[in-house]
Amino acid sequence: MALLDVQDLQTYFHTEYGLVKAADKVSFHVNQGEIIGLVGESGCGKSVSILSIMRLIPSPPGETVGGKVIFEGKDLLKFEANGPQMRAIRGSKLTMIFQEPMTSLNPVLTISRQLTETLELHLDMDKHSARERAIELLRMVGVPDAARRVDDYPHQFSGGMRQRVMIAIALSCNPTIIFADEPTTAVDVTTQAQLLELMKDLVTRLDTSLVIVTHNLGVVARYAQRIYVMYAGRIIESGLSENIFNHPRHPYTVGLLNSVPKLGERHGTRKLIPIYGLPPNLINMPTTCAFLPRCTEKIGKCEKEPWPELRAVDKDHYISCYVDIKGK
Amino acid sequence: MTAYIIRRIIIGLMILILVTMLVFLLVRLLPGDPLMRYMANFSGTGQQNIMSPEQHEALLKEFGLDKPIPVQYWDWISKILRGDLGQSIGVGQPISKLIADVLPRTAYIGFLMFIVGTFGGILVGIYCALRRGTWMDNTLTTIANIGMTVPVFWLGIILIYVFAYKLGWFPMYGWVAPWDDFWKSCTYVVLPISAVALGGIAGMARLTRSCMLEVMRTDYVRTAWAKGLRERVIVIRHQLKNAMIPVVTALGGTLGMILGGSVFIETVFSIPGMGRLMVNAIFEYDYQVVQASALIFGGIIIFSNLLVDIAWGWLDPRIRFS
Repeated sequence: MALLDVQDLQTYFHTEYGLVKAADKVSFHVNQGEIIGLVGESGCGKSVSILSIMRLIPSPPGETVGGKVIFEGKDLLKFEANGPQMRAIRGSKLTMIFQEPMTSLNPVLTISRQLTETLELHLDMDKHSARERAIELLRMVGVPDAARRVDDYPHQFSGGMRQRVMIAIALSCNPTIIFADEPTTAVDVTTQAQLLELMKDLVTRLDTSLVIVTHNLGVVARYAQRIYVMYAGRIIESGLSENIFNHPRHPYTVGLLNSVPKLGERHGTRKLIPIYGLPPNLINMPTTCAFLPRCTEKIGKCEKEPWPELRAVDKDHYISCYVDIKGK
Repeated sequence: MTAYIIRRIIIGLMILILVTMLVFLLVRLLPGDPLMRYMANFSGTGQQNIMSPEQHEALLKEFGLDKPIPVQYWDWISKILRGDLGQSIGVGQPISKLIADVLPRTAYIGFLMFIVGTFGGILVGIYCALRRGTWMDNTLTTIANIGMTVPVFWLGIILIYVFAYKLGWFPMYGWVAPWDDFWKSCTYVVLPISAVALGGIAGMARLTRSCMLEVMRTDYVRTAWAKGLRERVIVIRHQLKNAMIPVVTALGGTLGMILGGSVFIETVFSIPGMGRLMVNAIFEYDYQVVQASALIFGGIIIFSNLLVDIAWGWLDPRIRFS
């Protein structure tokens, strides 16, 4: 039984130009202790899906109009977005790490205050023990001299250190699942690797599940056990990490992998091929496959039939495509 | 932080010195001189041109007005440093006594205007930001836009006409000290305070509203929501302190506006305060009184800006530690 089961999640944005189906029937699940990768280009609906689960979609203009998010036997979408049930889960059992460490911490509050507020709220700790726990958490995420630095303000921390603080906040109440929304996009490459190793170590040690949202295939290849590839608001391929990387079946995933270098690959042995064209404008999309205009594998059926649902092509391997690259 | 405050104090003192120089020069550039008025008051005839040139010369010497301006300035400043504000030429009394009589009145109504203007404005701004887009928000924002552009003296006159003359709820003009008769005093100060505070409320409300809306969209407020905090905690702990940084900066300007407004409003409502003292002194070429009032007004504004800068450092750790 999955810890979190997202079924046909639909989140729409009402813009002045028309309806944007930012997440369109997104389904995925997360098991205990798993690291999941949610991959796709900017604007494909990865972050929106996560924020919808957390009920953090700003409304208006956004609105989660359909689907189910089953967590601990209850549908989170049935709860009031900022009501007591949702608030009790948010920040304790389901936590988030955001993309921008430079702006995600409150500049006028000490690190200590920003760590202790979840401890006091969700774990009912008193001020003293919350502070002790905050120092312990900072040590855990590798902030040097934690006992002194706990009273510093965010501007006294570097970007990488701030993201460590965000990780500490996310871990503070022993969460069931951590959602990391592009956690390393805004930091430099060496810091990226350190942060990812740290997150992996911590979630493995604490048996917490981690959902990494990223457009960096290298990140998911190394850390995720299962991968969901998204395009234009939908999941178009899902499966075990090694299957997706070694035997991609959807033309978009194939294109993605052809466009990035592989680790250990010798320079000049393989030409990198970009995916031509641009991601579609999500306003008033046609009913046919959204990848169709850029697809190099399209067949006659693609132009006539609507965008297909996910179908199994192998054990635990699904694609939403009429063409199956491997089966061709 | 200490170095920051010391730097601010030094800058403040330099500005104050510049203000005194400027006012000192400006009053002396005006055509006419204070002795005309002096003679008119003390001859008892009310006529102004009864001095012989010799008498005029002698009086100039007596008041030290024959010396070069830099020397006069030096004399004045050194007296002030010894705690002596000088004598009013026109009224013939020590200026410290004149000011001691009127300053508490202006301080009292100015303080009330400031409190009503800022706190009223901040509360209205927060309310509008939290209820943005509702008809209440739209109505209050429209009133605020009007309130910012209405001149204080015009509003004062309209308030007198409607609430004092037509409805008779309040006295038309005048002053009763709150330390003499508190309730009676309240009826006298309601209209002048409303006239000046409306502009303050309007400006503060608009600023607070836009700052709050800006802060609501920030990443760290989203983080606060993701922590599962309730809205009240997010607004008070995470939004207010950040949103107040620009608002506090504007407080210094608001105080200047209120002191400026008090000059008008004391004239409109016949309140014998600092503003009226200064305006009358200007009309009567009473150099010493104008200089002393400017020094005090300038000192108040510079001191409150200093407080604002300190409050700023307290609100924003990025300033405190730089």
